[in-house]
Amino acid sequence: MSVPAIELRNLEKSFGLAKIIQGVNLKIGKGERHAIIGPNGAGKSTLFNLITGKYTPTAGQVLMHGTDVSGMKPYQINRMGLSRSFQITNIFHNMTVFENVRCGLLWSMGYKYSFWHMVNRQRDLTEKADEILEQINLSSRRNMVAGALAYAEQRALEIGITIAGGADIIMLDEPCAGMSHSETDLIVDLIRKVTEDKTLIIVEHDMGVIFDLADRISVLVYGEIIESDTPEKVRASTAVQEAYLGTTVEEA
Amino acid sequence: MSTPSSTPLKAGTQRLIPLNHALPWIIAAVFLLILPYIFDSRSALTIMNQMAITIVFALSYNMLLGQGGMLSFGHAVYMGLGGFFSMHVLNWMSDDPWISLPFLPIFGGLFGLMFAIMIGAFSTRRAGTVFAMISLGVGELVAAMSVIIVIFFGGEEGVSGDRTELLDFFGMSFGPQRQVYYLTAVWLLIAALGMYLYSRTPIGRIANAVRDNEERAEFLGYSQRHVRWISFCASGFFAGIAGALFAINFEILTEENLNLATSGSILLVTFLGGVGFFVGPIIGAIVFTLLQTVLSLYTEIWALYLGILFVSTVMFFPFGLTGLLAIHIQPWKLGKISHLVVPYAKMFIPAVVGVLSAAAVLEILFHARHAGLGEEEMNLYGITFDSHAAMPLIIAIVLAVASFFALVKLAPGLKAAWDEATHMGGAKQ
Repeated sequence: MSVPAIELRNLEKSFGLAKIIQGVNLKIGKGERHAIIGPNGAGKSTLFNLITGKYTPTAGQVLMHGTDVSGMKPYQINRMGLSRSFQITNIFHNMTVFENVRCGLLWSMGYKYSFWHMVNRQRDLTEKADEILEQINLSSRRNMVAGALAYAEQRALEIGITIAGGADIIMLDEPCAGMSHSETDLIVDLIRKVTEDKTLIIVEHDMGVIFDLADRISVLVYGEIIESDTPEKVRASTAVQEAYLGTTVEEA
Repeated sequence: MSTPSSTPLKAGTQRLIPLNHALPWIIAAVFLLILPYIFDSRSALTIMNQMAITIVFALSYNMLLGQGGMLSFGHAVYMGLGGFFSMHVLNWMSDDPWISLPFLPIFGGLFGLMFAIMIGAFSTRRAGTVFAMISLGVGELVAAMSVIIVIFFGGEEGVSGDRTELLDFFGMSFGPQRQVYYLTAVWLLIAALGMYLYSRTPIGRIANAVRDNEERAEFLGYSQRHVRWISFCASGFFAGIAGALFAINFEILTEENLNLATSGSILLVTFLGGVGFFVGPIIGAIVFTLLQTVLSLYTEIWALYLGILFVSTVMFFPFGLTGLLAIHIQPWKLGKISHLVVPYAKMFIPAVVGVLSAAAVLEILFHARHAGLGEEEMNLYGITFDSHAAMPLIIAIVLAVASFFALVKLAPGLKAAWDEATHMGGAKQ
């Protein structure tokens, strides 16, 4: 097997005395669509924050394409080709939709900390940003202030910013949270479209979305992965059923 | 979108005037060129120079506050150090000059930059309160050092020099005030244009992004700390230029140029003008300098009025004077600005009477408390009266209260007109 896109080795995270992540081992192959599910408080978001560099692991390692990235800063990990979205919409509310996407492009297109380019004059930048707007169906909102968008549109923009940089590992934290059924369908189509040929790691509560999108599912309960397999096998697993029966059924 | 966003610190992705074409710059240049022919007295030139220096300083400050979201209480450090070093360069070269005076601000800028690199290395680690506290500490530190290191800062007398001792620049010795005016004006244009263009570069845009949402910027490949540091250095560079211009104009620098009072007043200037707009600090600097120089000719308590103006700006117009102008863009675009003319005209007289009578109350009280024995007579608005008598005070209070009530009564009318003027579509009945 080739080097996995993401590998977690005995990953642990404690906040004070509370052990939130307790020795997680996980391999996510290149091009895989991997979903992480689990009851509330299982540590899904913490796991996300550990992989993306927001938190430093208490013990264990995070490997990206075989390189140890544990303890690196989010921007360093991002530059290596990992991009994430947020559960609570995290966009630049006071910038236009177009500028939001452009901010997602600047580093990856090599503009970095440049103070000798005029952003408006860079045609490659403008074209690429418009292309992404087209992809996420927000072209008609191009010059609107992002904060004024409807909620579902903000979620789409969030995904647009996340994929803009062309990262090959995309991590989405509850992309469908708070959406209606029809909006969810649109977002799922969008996710499928923009993450083609990429590694996708997704946390989601909507089981319909999970079974629709994922190649493999990991079930996280109390900071431990109790099952990691194909959707069919996870659905059939007694351990998973027990874990979910004891707590709130998350199927919405 | 012409309305500013919910908080002043976070506006700024839209500008009051579309500055992205050259026209406003050409107008500004022509304006600066003819200004000394309109106001040609020596004191007017001094005021204009001071204004230009304050504009450069305030614009550099807004690179931190408005564009980078960094609230600094010690920005005078970079202007002051830039100024002191320029003055030393000037004095050091005076025996054997190899540059002419117009190049001196480059030195000021470089020294400002040098200190910004050094201090920014640790102060920009965190934004918010931590940054503000460190800037305050550094400001106090440098101000205290200026009294201790007499050999460099000149102690209480400060450091002075003679600007005419450098090489002539196309026959200009820069002795006459007008030549200095043009030097300052050219540097004002260079610095303002530089800072404007900076805001349009990738780093300038990302500085806005970090200001609005530092976490998101980190996940887009940008180190928030590096972004703040670079903005901080650019800001220090332009502040240093302002310092050198100060050195050239006044030929003396003292502790006052880098103390906390100066740092505080530039915050005031910038906020007064409006931090969310590129032109905000320019308007703020013009208004502030005019109030400071002109108002102080007429009243001893000008600082009190300035304070009142500042507090009311913060409370009622958090987008500053520029924001106040900017909210009229929407009615203007809708072609409904005429709806506002009548309510504004109605409020004009009570507003003017209100301000003048409230000022009269303050002036009478001040005069009554501070005038020497036998100097009870005071002159206000061309009327001479006894400041210790009750009548003038009562009249002033009555006028102030009456006009306040008139304004309160007229306010709903303005509100209605305002709703109408900003309402899209046809007339609303």
